[in-house]
Amino acid sequence: MITFMNNSDSEEEPCNERTSLMSAGSPPVPSYQDGLQASEAGEVQAHRKRRAGSSRGPNNTAGGEMSGSGVPVRESAPENEEEELTLKYGAKHVIMLFVPVTLCMIVVVATIKSVRFYTEKNGQLIYTPFSEDTPSVGQRLLNSVLNTIIMISVIIVMTVFLVLLYKYRCYKFIHGWLILSSLMLLFLFTYIYLGEVLKTYNVAMDYPTLFLVIWNFGAVGMICIHWKGPLQLQQAYLIMISALMALVFIKYLPEWSAWVILGAISIYDLMAVLCPKGPLRMLVETAQERNEPIFPALIYSSAMMWTVGMAKPDTAARGPSQQTWDAAEDGREHHRSPSHADSQMSETRGPVPTRPVTSLEELEEEERGVKLGLGDFIFYSVLVGKAAATASGDWNTTLACFVAILIGLCLTLLLLAVFKKALPALPISITFGLIFYFSTDNLVRPFMDTLASHQLYI
Amino acid sequence: PAFGLFLFTIARDPLRIIILIAGAFFWLVSLLLSSLIWFIAVKASDPRDERLQKGLLIFGVMFSVLLQEAFRFLYYKLLRKAIEGLVALSEDGCSPISIQQMAYVAGVGFGLMSGAFSMINLLADALGPGTVGIHGDSQLYFLTSAFMTMVLIFLHTFWGILFFHGCEHRRWWEIAAVVVMHLTVSGSSFCNPLYVGSLVPSYMLMAAAAAWAYLLSGGSAQNLRRFLLCK
Repeated sequence: MITFMNNSDSEEEPCNERTSLMSAGSPPVPSYQDGLQASEAGEVQAHRKRRAGSSRGPNNTAGGEMSGSGVPVRESAPENEEEELTLKYGAKHVIMLFVPVTLCMIVVVATIKSVRFYTEKNGQLIYTPFSEDTPSVGQRLLNSVLNTIIMISVIIVMTVFLVLLYKYRCYKFIHGWLILSSLMLLFLFTYIYLGEVLKTYNVAMDYPTLFLVIWNFGAVGMICIHWKGPLQLQQAYLIMISALMALVFIKYLPEWSAWVILGAISIYDLMAVLCPKGPLRMLVETAQERNEPIFPALIYSSAMMWTVGMAKPDTAARGPSQQTWDAAEDGREHHRSPSHADSQMSETRGPVPTRPVTSLEELEEEERGVKLGLGDFIFYSVLVGKAAATASGDWNTTLACFVAILIGLCLTLLLLAVFKKALPALPISITFGLIFYFSTDNLVRPFMDTLASHQLYI
Repeated sequence: PAFGLFLFTIARDPLRIIILIAGAFFWLVSLLLSSLIWFIAVKASDPRDERLQKGLLIFGVMFSVLLQEAFRFLYYKLLRKAIEGLVALSEDGCSPISIQQMAYVAGVGFGLMSGAFSMINLLADALGPGTVGIHGDSQLYFLTSAFMTMVLIFLHTFWGILFFHGCEHRRWWEIAAVVVMHLTVSGSSFCNPLYVGSLVPSYMLMAAAAAWAYLLSGGSAQNLRRFLLCK
């Protein structure tokens, strides 16, 4: 196992390829959540308004205008309902996102705390060539900044490449890339992970059993993620994959670089999604123009929109299944893992152009799932995992970062409900997480330690 | 027990979970600020002077208590605004969650966070090998810590209810009573190797606060009897 890992370059090469793909994948993803939901919300609202006979755009602000005229009153009612639906679903969706993020973090923290492998420094990724073993602080800082610049530029290049591929409809290429990535992730990383866990607990397992287990796990994973499968199983696989990726990052990124990278990525995310020329924004807009679901690949979706009992089932179902497949294919490129629910979603959105009224009626009544990019999962888990691994205050710091990230997620979802457009999910949470990590580690820890040693309670 | 409270009463409703986490967050921020102050004070003072350090610690604890209550007040303000928003948005004109439920959940949030921070490193160490109290400290360290943490979590819950009730009805003496109780409990933990001095008053205070909160929430001796006799 050790020699296996030490064939750094040859093995790391494919790993790094994947890693970069994934990192490239990550920033685009957060927007999808909002992009998708925004476009749905937009559609739903548009249709509702049309049915209510008003000609207002999807704008929820005017709820309270009970002016004298009849029209605004009629309009405000559906709008209020809309907002209220949004918020009612809002709390539920926040929880639907809390649970997987929490699970992912728990898996990562549990692994970090128990398996020694992930905290040993066994080399670095090719994307962070500058080592941090230098004697002086200034040199170390410089190295970490350089590492960050390299990593971020790799991510930018990959993202732009992705956007170009998507724009020029090179779906097959994207497809192949993504399948390769998920293959590697599901098989190779799981093999390493399982090996390390077994080593830690001193459990013996023979190769045939191992092969069987990994083969089953990987095959079911591929099917579940790229094709069809029960929602919960797919969600579980997405969480596992995010956790594995986060563990890889935690192991292979040197300390200071990791923190600087986290900070830089949230800034990049902010810019890429909100600036008019940002690659992610272009991606979202292109996908919306083409009326296709945006990259089901790297998105975690919390709910499925089954069109249960649709008026005209057969023809409607067949039509979108073509689109589903196409969507799944675009999904591949973005790696992380296609969220199967999105392909289901595309089924429901498929009939939209042909039969707007009926399908959207169903759409409104069902739950609107919230989607969060897997990159977000990964970076949240990296933050918490690093806190667990390197903080000397141990659990206090980890807990503080965890709460900070959850609150950041809450705020982001709140902003999403207010703005209704693509929003980056990383910045707020990561900022909170970083602030809390550094302050808890340096300020709170001595305080709590002193209190605990005297057994004082505050 | 606190975790049981969480499971049975809060985990069902997503809005409550959000309020819980936000409460924990507020407590965390107050802790952060108070430790910042303490840290500055310690750095600015002489590290070798034992009595000064102890004095600073006591000061830190008191200040932290005051800050916690201040943050509870801030959280109350935030929740009031949130309730108004929820009422405006809901269909039938009343909010899906009442201020008392929010008070309860906020109290649990504070309590859980406070308990977690007090206990979790201890628990982690307890998993490892070792003997308790080998250096002449009390052997009951873990047990008493556990009980103290539990009482503190419950107290935070009750204080949450009392505090919010006091703010709602503008009864300043209720708020002052909560603050004083908190100070007393923290203060009593100063005589800690002498566990009688800290655990017993804390439990008595908890019983008193529990009864008070129960009465405030509309319970009465009759309700209690009916509940116990399962009518």
